[in-house]
Amino acid sequence: MNQPQILGIVAAAGTLVFVIAMLRRGILREKYAVLWLVVSLSLLVMAIAPTILEHAARLLGIAVPSNLLFLLSGVVLLLVSVQLSYEVSRLESRVRRLAEEVAVLSERIGPGQAPPPTDGDDTPPTVAG
Amino acid sequence: MRRDLGSPTEPRYGTPVADDQWRVLIAVPALNESRSIADVVTAARAAGPYDVLVIDDGSSDDTAQRAADAGARVIRLPFNLGVGGAMRTAFLVAEREGYDRVVQVDGDGQHDPAEIPALLEATRDHDIVIGARFAGAGDYTVRGPRRWAMRMLASSLSRVSGATLTDTTSGFRASSRKAIELFAHRYPAEYLGDTVESLVLASRSGLTVTQLPVHMRERQGGTPSHGPLKSSLNLGRTVLALVVALTRRTDAGGDL
Repeated sequence: MNQPQILGIVAAAGTLVFVIAMLRRGILREKYAVLWLVVSLSLLVMAIAPTILEHAARLLGIAVPSNLLFLLSGVVLLLVSVQLSYEVSRLESRVRRLAEEVAVLSERIGPGQAPPPTDGDDTPPTVAG
Repeated sequence: MRRDLGSPTEPRYGTPVADDQWRVLIAVPALNESRSIADVVTAARAAGPYDVLVIDDGSSDDTAQRAADAGARVIRLPFNLGVGGAMRTAFLVAEREGYDRVVQVDGDGQHDPAEIPALLEATRDHDIVIGARFAGAGDYTVRGPRRWAMRMLASSLSRVSGATLTDTTSGFRASSRKAIELFAHRYPAEYLGDTVESLVLASRSGLTVTQLPVHMRERQGGTPSHGPLKSSLNLGRTVLALVVALTRRTDAGGDL
């Protein structure tokens, strides 16, 4: 077992432990954790047995096995960011609805009781021109 | 057996009802319109027996106070949501409180509230009546990319709605009860969503749209939402907004 391989195993195992720790503390929700568990587990497997990667690369006609790794990581990161954009859009939509409801309810409570509007960086994005 | 459409206690909106029986809500979305809001509210209240609701879209000036002093009911959004969010709030209020008609009037004073009765009259036969700026009345004109964008929108939306529309981005419009019920739940919040996409949504949902020529005044306060430098960029956004609106499924575009 050579040095880079040990480094790979340590990094993959570290990621796995980190994800599990976050999951146990309730910081990370299960639906996001599953993805990272799968990613870190497969990294660990490939670090322990690099021949899997070499075989897969040969099957796909990729000359340098590490390029397959780069391709896979690129695809995974792309999918993750698209999924996060989706989640953010959904959250934004819900926050908007809540803001509308809060405004309607604040009016019902009466003047002086509702919190004043906040100013700050939470305005919708505008195009600079 | 025929399906019963609506309970008997529910008013029938297809049948003509006298103007004075309608409960009308004038909805004024306002963002930092301190200089003009009081005049708009006063003029809207003078135009007929209407309730005036100002939705303060996170203003940093005293828009809300001035509107309240002028006799409007004021709802303050906790932060800026844009015209789409402000109007959905108004439709939500109108739906829950049983209003028959909602008329949107901009807070900058460019819409003449004296035209409100005419818009309301036209809601007898249509669900959405747009107060159009270039349809003969008044001398309001625009040039350049903004004009191209408006032409493109007008021809596309005329096709979708089956009516001849020349000014689709006008914020001066009256909505029937059917439109209120639709918009209280699904009112697009994207760029041009409150004007263009809402028309697509309404047409696809089986509502009828028409326009009425109105006079347009110079805005009395506030800053134009479209500066000359922005108009080219906005043309691109308009194309995108239109394409998205036309290709979007009708059950999307509201709450995710």
